[in-house]
Amino acid sequence: MPEAQQPAAVDAGVQPVLRLSGITKRFGALTANDVISLQLQPGEILALLGENGAGKTTLMSILFGHYVADEGGIEAFGAPLPAGSPKAAISAGIGMVHQHFTLGENLSVLDNIVLGTEALWSLGQNSGAAKRKIETLAERFGLDIEAQRLVRDLSVGERQRVEILKALYRGARILILDEPTAVLTPQEVESFFATLKAMVADGLSIIFISHKLNEVMAIADRVAVLRQGSLVADFPIAEASRESLAEAMVGRAVALPERNALAPGATVLAMRNLSLRNGDGQTLLKNVTLTLRAREVLGIAGVSGNGQGALADLLSGLVTPDEGDLEVLGEAVTRVSPAAMLARGIGRVPEDRHATGVIGDFAVEENLVLEVYGDSRFSRLGFLKGTAIRRNAETLIEDFDIRGADPQTTTRSLSGGNMQKVILARVLTEKPKVILANQPTRGLDVGAAATMQRLLFEACAGGAGVILISEDLEELLQMSDRVAVLYQGQLSQAMPVEDADLRTLGLMMAGHSPAEAIDAP
Amino acid sequence: MDLLDIFVSLGFWAALVRMATPLVFGTLGELICERAGVLNLGIEGIMTMGAMVAWMWVYQGGDLWTAVLVAAIFGALFGLLHSGFSVYLGVSQHVTGIGITLLASALSYFAFRMLLPDVTTPPKIDPFKPYPIPGLSELPFLGEVLFTQSPLTYLAFLLVPVVGYGLYRTPLGLALRMVGENPMAVEAQGIDVHRLRTAAVMLGSAFMAVGGAFLTISVFDAFYIGMINGRGWICIALVIFASWRPGKALLGALLFAAFEALQIRVQQSASAFIPYQFFLMMPYVLSILAMIVMSRRAAYPKALLVPFRKGER
Repeated sequence: MPEAQQPAAVDAGVQPVLRLSGITKRFGALTANDVISLQLQPGEILALLGENGAGKTTLMSILFGHYVADEGGIEAFGAPLPAGSPKAAISAGIGMVHQHFTLGENLSVLDNIVLGTEALWSLGQNSGAAKRKIETLAERFGLDIEAQRLVRDLSVGERQRVEILKALYRGARILILDEPTAVLTPQEVESFFATLKAMVADGLSIIFISHKLNEVMAIADRVAVLRQGSLVADFPIAEASRESLAEAMVGRAVALPERNALAPGATVLAMRNLSLRNGDGQTLLKNVTLTLRAREVLGIAGVSGNGQGALADLLSGLVTPDEGDLEVLGEAVTRVSPAAMLARGIGRVPEDRHATGVIGDFAVEENLVLEVYGDSRFSRLGFLKGTAIRRNAETLIEDFDIRGADPQTTTRSLSGGNMQKVILARVLTEKPKVILANQPTRGLDVGAAATMQRLLFEACAGGAGVILISEDLEELLQMSDRVAVLYQGQLSQAMPVEDADLRTLGLMMAGHSPAEAIDAP
Repeated sequence: MDLLDIFVSLGFWAALVRMATPLVFGTLGELICERAGVLNLGIEGIMTMGAMVAWMWVYQGGDLWTAVLVAAIFGALFGLLHSGFSVYLGVSQHVTGIGITLLASALSYFAFRMLLPDVTTPPKIDPFKPYPIPGLSELPFLGEVLFTQSPLTYLAFLLVPVVGYGLYRTPLGLALRMVGENPMAVEAQGIDVHRLRTAAVMLGSAFMAVGGAFLTISVFDAFYIGMINGRGWICIALVIFASWRPGKALLGALLFAAFEALQIRVQQSASAFIPYQFFLMMPYVLSILAMIVMSRRAAYPKALLVPFRKGER
């Protein structure tokens, strides 16, 4: 934990490197930033904390000149910063690493870094000098990367290094990092934090945007909390606790649902040596074996792209395995289709609620019967029963507390949390035996996430087995009874959650065997 | 017939280089547009326009090189029109491009008729003459094939390394490649995405128009209806064949021209027993096959067809 030097520094009258005063930005009726004033001291890591939609990214986009504030001004190193110009921000020494990387995939690391640093009309490039400068920077801050490689061949962690190098190459003295750890494994986060420390030691100042409390507690010197566009807290990290920060973020105390270990029942789902290849013959899943019993949550960890999508598709009936056996409720499944999987009692909460979870332009009542509209409850002779569908929606909206919705509301207009409730209501009302929950809380605020978790626990207590695929390790450790790790299409043996911790899972996610992961120093 | 006779004849190789010329101009032009993220389906019409204005300029007493410049300017203007819709307004690039092709070809024929209402047979002009390069044209075989061509052919072949150098060795070329990959990255460096894309489309369209002009003021000496005859579309296919690389674009243009030149000669000697349509078809069939083989692993510009709107993400 860094020493609490900031208050002292302020007392000594040190110039802040960055001063935002009274920033206000409105999008139509929504006030994304409401008179926000912030200061950044030299050599400080300031964490900017807030839920999705709290206005963090908007504030930083204004700082970096992507948006123009309606009111307020910015000073960098004592000089006013012209609004709406990324170029001005760069030359004032501000560098930004976006959450969604702004890299050209088919271009080399070198090309990506030097873009825009030379006079546009010059007739040649000094690639040699640029390469040497990149190597020097990379070495100084521990950002190992080969300049000639194409960005498309890089891992997500490596791409992030390129983004940081891009900012450093331009002489950034203030670095804004937008949700930098969202895409990293725990080990990558560790080395990333080491890099941040090296940069601060070098005199850089950092704004670190996040919604992960433990990371903020681990790395920041000071924390500022945004809620619904307003700055609600700004204090040194020494005075903060996880609980106080969570409360500041949400505006009320949040009770996180507790897992109660239940006595698992009969096996509801079994996979034996399942393998799956895609059209190009690439292996997506290899010899996957798992069993799921009633009343338990089986967590699947893994860095995204290691086969989670394929596993979910398989259980949803979208793809047929090339080899291996699949049993649901003790019966072998030979002909796979989405309808067959539904009929066997598999409920599905898909990864991307907008793309595959709901049809945004349909009414809530239609989305609530999307998987069963052919059933005799809701149609007869090919005609839909309007009244039954309406009544079904009214009941579910009431039971699941779907806010801001009546049966005919367009689903698109719901918030993420309520949209997710529509999906869960649709799934749970059919009393599934197996629930596939793929990233059920991604992008939800703390309160909505807690609701999702509570609903899944309730279904579990009601006799269902839950497969929980998540990239959020803390969520997995909190919710699962057993945890397995997917790495390059291979699923590790599931271990009881008591034996798993962040470090073990992190190592397994990076391809180490469980034995190695547990024995590693 | 004897394939061997064809392959050893100087005429075949010289024709191949000549026929490749408009394809080289067009393919380079399309490549520049697509590298910047804009598919330019206006190419067929822009080539027609280039062919018409260049010819008309010379017919009205203008100088040949000025005619090339006039064609380039007209091409750039239609490029500007294209980017006005597709870049600034973000309209579908397919629809815009086809609209430009229809507009530019129809305008060319219309202007031709308006300016020369009374002619029945297409009037002729005095086109570019082959210009043997002193010294090099004395070389056996190569001298006649490569160095006794029209000046516009030399220009086309010279443009290949020039465009390659520009794209890969200059800051502007890097920005242009990046704007076709990830416009946000360009925007984040304070470079105007819309202006950069517009400049690329205008330059590319100028190349296309010069490709069209080559047909009327170099290889032929007249302008007639339908004379571009799908060459623009072939260029679009060649860009994919080339995986968006200038060097491979030259290779593709030469290959297609070779099929075309071969087709004419085989047709003459073999049409007694094989219908000539078969030979007409041959370059296209072979091109499709070559494209399938070549473009399987092609890494297309990631932001191709994606309009960029400031402040959106």
